[in-house]
Amino acid sequence: MVSAAIGGTLAPAARTGAVEARDVSKRFIQPDGGEVTALSSLNLTILPGEFVSLIGPSGCGKSTFLRLVAGLISVTAGTLALDGAPINSTGADRGLVFQDPTLFPWLSVRGNVAYGLKIRGVYKEKRGEIQRYIDLVGLTGFEKSYPHQLSGGMAQRASLARALVNEPKVLLLDEPLGALDAFTRMSMQDEILRVWRERGTTMIMVTHDVDEAIYMSDRVFVMTPRPAKIERVIAVEIGRDDNLGRSRDDPDFLRLRAEILRILQFAGKKRQPEYFL
Amino acid sequence: MTNAAIQSRPTRRRYSRFDPRVMWPLAAITLAFLAEVILPGHEKLRNPDYTEFRWLLGILAGLFAALAWASVYLRGLRETLARRGLFIGVLITLLGFVNIATAKLLLLPQIYFPSVSRVLHVYREEYRLLFVDCLGGSFVLLCQGVGTGALAGLLMGVLVGWSERWHFWVNPLVRVLGPIPTSTWIPLALVAFSTPRAAAVFVIAFGVWFQITVLTASGIQNVKKSYYEVSSTLGASGIQNLFHIAIPDALPSIFLGLFNATCSSFAALVVAEMLGVKSGVGWYINWQKEMLSYPGVYAGLIVIAGFCYVFITVQFKLRDRLLRWQKGVIKW
Ligand SMILES: Nc1ncnc2c1ncn2[C@@H]1O[C@H](COP(=O)(O)OP(=O)(O)OP(=O)(O)O)[C@@H](O)[C@H]1O
Ligand SMILES: [Mg+2]
Repeated sequence: MVSAAIGGTLAPAARTGAVEARDVSKRFIQPDGGEVTALSSLNLTILPGEFVSLIGPSGCGKSTFLRLVAGLISVTAGTLALDGAPINSTGADRGLVFQDPTLFPWLSVRGNVAYGLKIRGVYKEKRGEIQRYIDLVGLTGFEKSYPHQLSGGMAQRASLARALVNEPKVLLLDEPLGALDAFTRMSMQDEILRVWRERGTTMIMVTHDVDEAIYMSDRVFVMTPRPAKIERVIAVEIGRDDNLGRSRDDPDFLRLRAEILRILQFAGKKRQPEYFL
Repeated sequence: MTNAAIQSRPTRRRYSRFDPRVMWPLAAITLAFLAEVILPGHEKLRNPDYTEFRWLLGILAGLFAALAWASVYLRGLRETLARRGLFIGVLITLLGFVNIATAKLLLLPQIYFPSVSRVLHVYREEYRLLFVDCLGGSFVLLCQGVGTGALAGLLMGVLVGWSERWHFWVNPLVRVLGPIPTSTWIPLALVAFSTPRAAAVFVIAFGVWFQITVLTASGIQNVKKSYYEVSSTLGASGIQNLFHIAIPDALPSIFLGLFNATCSSFAALVVAEMLGVKSGVGWYINWQKEMLSYPGVYAGLIVIAGFCYVFITVQFKLRDRLLRWQKGVIKW
């Protein structure tokens, strides 16, 4: 099973979940009447079941892109499609893990994770999944806790479980592991990869951590500062190891990291202090 | 101390224990009783033969003796009683002083400040009228008024808070009509409704409606936008967002409205009971006042105080159940 995964992109079931952006632009009108162009003529194609990372300077429009794919906002110009169908509203086929956990404070951890199933009316058939995902993100024993009783990292993991349990075709991850300590972060990376492999979900992850992007992704999209475009697409052609990630001390890993950082530095004119080395 | 002695400690935990603090009420009752029996009544005291105060103290003594005995065996009761004992004792002592001031020394004009026994006597004389007719009547009227008002307020609050159109058309109306004092509506209510009863319900319901509308609407308008976004990406439709996000998140605000509304509804109740309904505790108090029968006034006041207390407490219990998740977030 593992050997089949190495180098491969598609899990057997994944034939849906392709995202295509053609000349996508997004302009925001600000309260003072001014305009902010967050994205301008962005083009990209993400294959079904692919794991891609978006990396780019702060404020360049990464979250904006994810919100567009989720259907929370609509494009100013261009087309954005999921499996060929234009995206014009939200739907359970596209899950989004927000930069902030945003758990519902009136629901327990279990209630939060169960929310999507209840909303879609599949709670009865799928209730067994709830505990599975709570265990998966390491919140066993906290099912009855309310969000204010959780630490920031725990809340972030709960919100990850809440999105995962819905089994979307495309999972949009906005710096999902940013709030976690190094160790939890690494084990969560592996958990996400396992879910990805098992479900064949298309994963689009925003991250500021170059290592994380290389470790997890099939391709890394490096973005320019606002208005954002794709500066470079880097295919990570390092074999995945047993837990589906890449060996962090592989020479190719180090080479790729240096390359991405150089592109970012060049694209951002000056060095962005927030990138991890 | 030997090792064995230290270790044996936890196993020697005593299950029955006497806490002397549970005796505070009994001590106070004894004092008040002695004062009542030993001190002679004032010679000008009306109805000097009434012994209701002694009866009350006797009943209380029996009650607290039984509780003190039971507290030796029941841990929860012991802790509560020990904590509250001093407070109850002081309360009973105060009652003893009131008795001395009114029945023994006649410090105040007794037409307005009757002895404790005379107030208690009212309960014996008129318990049917006071507890069955008046209290029952007030309870039903209040429930009807608060129920109607709360339902209407909740519905309108949700609509105004949720829908732009309702907000546009109805909100100004709510703002203009809402702050009008309840009693101002009486002349209109009496004409508009065929029965005084309906008019009374309207007067109570109106104030409740306004407060709940305003706080429900503002609760719903203040729901964080990101909750809707999360909910939508999990597959929720607009109407599902209303029932699964907006209303649960607005619930603390809705309960605040209900609490405010209930408090002011007690005032409206007394006003409403004057609208030809001719029953209820509020009406009883006014009637007794007009007859210059102050023992009845006090008796009624005590009943209404207890009534409001119970009404509010039940509401708090309900709120604490529904808003369990708030424990530790907000304290009110
Ligand atoms: N609702 C909005 N109204 C106005 N401007 C907005 C809005 N949302 C985003 N923007 C602007 O669009 C730009 C891109 O924002 P976005 O949140 O996508 O950045 P980001 O790449 O996710 O940054 P970060 O890495 O810091 O999260 C920013 O300049 C921001 O000010
Ligand atoms: Mg962002």
